[in-house]
Amino acid sequence: MQVMHIFGAAGRISAALFRDAIRTEMFKKILIANRGEIAVRIIRACRELGIATVAVYSDVDRAALHVRKSDEAYAIGPAAAAESYLRMDKILDIAKRSGAEAIHPGYGFLSENAKFAQACGDAGVKFIGPTPHSMKLMGSKTSARQQMEKAGVPFVPGTSRGLATSEEGEAVAERIGYPVMLKAAAGGGGKGMRLVHTREELRSGLESARSEAERSFGDSEVYIEKAIVNPRHIEMQVLADEHGNTVWLGERECSIQRRHQKVLEEAPSPIVDAEMRRRMGEVAVKVARAADYTNAGTVEFLVDEQKNFYFLEMNTRLQVEHPVTELITGLDLVHLQLRVASGEKLPFGQSDVKIRGHAIECRIYAEDPDNNYFPSPGKITVLLQPSGPGIRRDSGMYEGWKVPMDYDPLLAKLIGYGTDRQQTIMRLRRALYEYFVAGIKTNISLFQRILGDVDFQAGKVDTGYLDRLIAKGNPAVVSSAPQGEIEVLERVAAIAAGMFAVLDPAVPGGQSGNAAGGSAGAAETSNWKQKGRAEALR
Amino acid sequence: MIYEVIVGDKAGGKPQRLELERKGSGWECRLDGQAIDVDAVIPRRDVLSLLVDGHAYEIKREQTATDLHMWVGSSRFAVELRDPRSLRSRQKAAGDEKGPKKIVAPMPGRVVRLLVGENAEVEAGQGIVVVEAMKMQNEIKSPKKGVVKKMMARVGAAVNPGDVLAIVE
Repeated sequence: MQVMHIFGAAGRISAALFRDAIRTEMFKKILIANRGEIAVRIIRACRELGIATVAVYSDVDRAALHVRKSDEAYAIGPAAAAESYLRMDKILDIAKRSGAEAIHPGYGFLSENAKFAQACGDAGVKFIGPTPHSMKLMGSKTSARQQMEKAGVPFVPGTSRGLATSEEGEAVAERIGYPVMLKAAAGGGGKGMRLVHTREELRSGLESARSEAERSFGDSEVYIEKAIVNPRHIEMQVLADEHGNTVWLGERECSIQRRHQKVLEEAPSPIVDAEMRRRMGEVAVKVARAADYTNAGTVEFLVDEQKNFYFLEMNTRLQVEHPVTELITGLDLVHLQLRVASGEKLPFGQSDVKIRGHAIECRIYAEDPDNNYFPSPGKITVLLQPSGPGIRRDSGMYEGWKVPMDYDPLLAKLIGYGTDRQQTIMRLRRALYEYFVAGIKTNISLFQRILGDVDFQAGKVDTGYLDRLIAKGNPAVVSSAPQGEIEVLERVAAIAAGMFAVLDPAVPGGQSGNAAGGSAGAAETSNWKQKGRAEALR
Repeated sequence: MIYEVIVGDKAGGKPQRLELERKGSGWECRLDGQAIDVDAVIPRRDVLSLLVDGHAYEIKREQTATDLHMWVGSSRFAVELRDPRSLRSRQKAAGDEKGPKKIVAPMPGRVVRLLVGENAEVEAGQGIVVVEAMKMQNEIKSPKKGVVKKMMARVGAAVNPGDVLAIVE
């Protein structure tokens, strides 16, 4: 029910999907080495394909949704991921004992761990993802860059080795154009980095970058790169079978991020046209081929204001934001991952892939907007979930569940789909209006702010957009309503507070309030109960 | 039933007087003396369907250890509701800024660091304790200038929302 359908998108490629009926045998049982919404997503795909599922869970996840939805489930250790979801030995042991033929790693945890992929292979269990060889290649920035440069993949222009003299720096800067970024070769965390706008600033910038690099890293090597001002982060989905066929499935705009964490993604990107999409897609396929890539993967690009795109890295797994691509292509990426991993050929070619409509994903995090979006685990006391036209919800939470403090704060993904971007935005805003979570704090209100923002609506976003929006402050009254209407709503809120006190007395203090479990106001400390008694005696 | 209600985060906001009386199947409501006919139904806990002059509102209640919010659609309002006859309400209304102030954990987590000791003088907004949850660290700050009278937080201890970490006076 959560995966809602959307007008006939799936019908388009179905003929192609089933054209190639000959295939190797599909897995009968797989293990899912993950938790949360992605584990539930994979379990659903397996149920659709008639594959039995084996879940694993840590001590704090016994009541988690993925355990409830699976066919078999086994405990793998304490809450700390290092002692449970990251324990390759325990997971492989359960795979063997349960008779699982393959392991789907989801995202995060072991999904990009080449050692784990290797260990699966050694144990005779299929790893649903690329080979350890491809993962290792893409895991190292320098080896990836060398391999990709050979294949003719575009990188941010610059030198990949240290500058000998400031004259050399000036010459390179002249060639690639200002502004340029000077970066310490041994650098990290912004140390030894200088943004240089003009030729006049270059010499002193280089000297100070060098001395800072020397002081910070004991290595004064500094190289030069073109500075990408207000970049966008746009990625391309690729899919490859084990028979040499690789296709691209369209881009995702992922510029709305914070603390290196994506918050909202959409497909297609508002700035990518068919021609640019084809060029990006072809580069992404080139990247995948150069790495002998198999299964689903994502090639990330940095895009400048002139729409030049540069290779950043490849993510060798299923992405969190894969649903937006599914909605605009009508494909099911998890089905395809399973089919490709079982040895099937890709059931369609590049020319069969058609992009239709627009999709936007909101990542619902357990974060407190009143407290600088700090994580907010705890018990969910109320959960009202949206549905209706154009709304897909991939969720790992339920009412009454206690969100553990030990993992990533992603609770669910709310994905809107429509004929165009504007309709998608309207549908999502409507769905967000219906969405309500209490007991813990979530960032649902942030999406009303983003989707209602004129810059977002105009598609004017870059990787600094969200920090700028949040810096405008979190209004005391969180509302998208006009001022005159707010005064009416304030009066409604005042009346409502009184009506709640009379009709639905609850314990102040969310988490203990839940202990009443529906028999409202059962706890001893209830102010409301005392009030109720006072009323009764009056 | 008579309440005093303050809506919004306006400091020193003037309370409105809210009177609620049953009238037939609905309610007669007076807000600062102005009569309003309302019909109210609780379809489920923490959710209220309110009809005011034919206008329909769905209101959700969100209560935490420290505050009460009403969500009218996508608009959120901080609300303080007092029963003027209740001693506790009167004390709370009078004594919020003066006297000892409890610093409570806003969310579950683990105490990873104490930033000050007992008897330390602290400024308003100064960090007191660091609590970690979901791999992020959060500085819990003092709401007022004063002296740390008591430090209840212990490094390594798990805390729940509402647990008192320290008292500043």
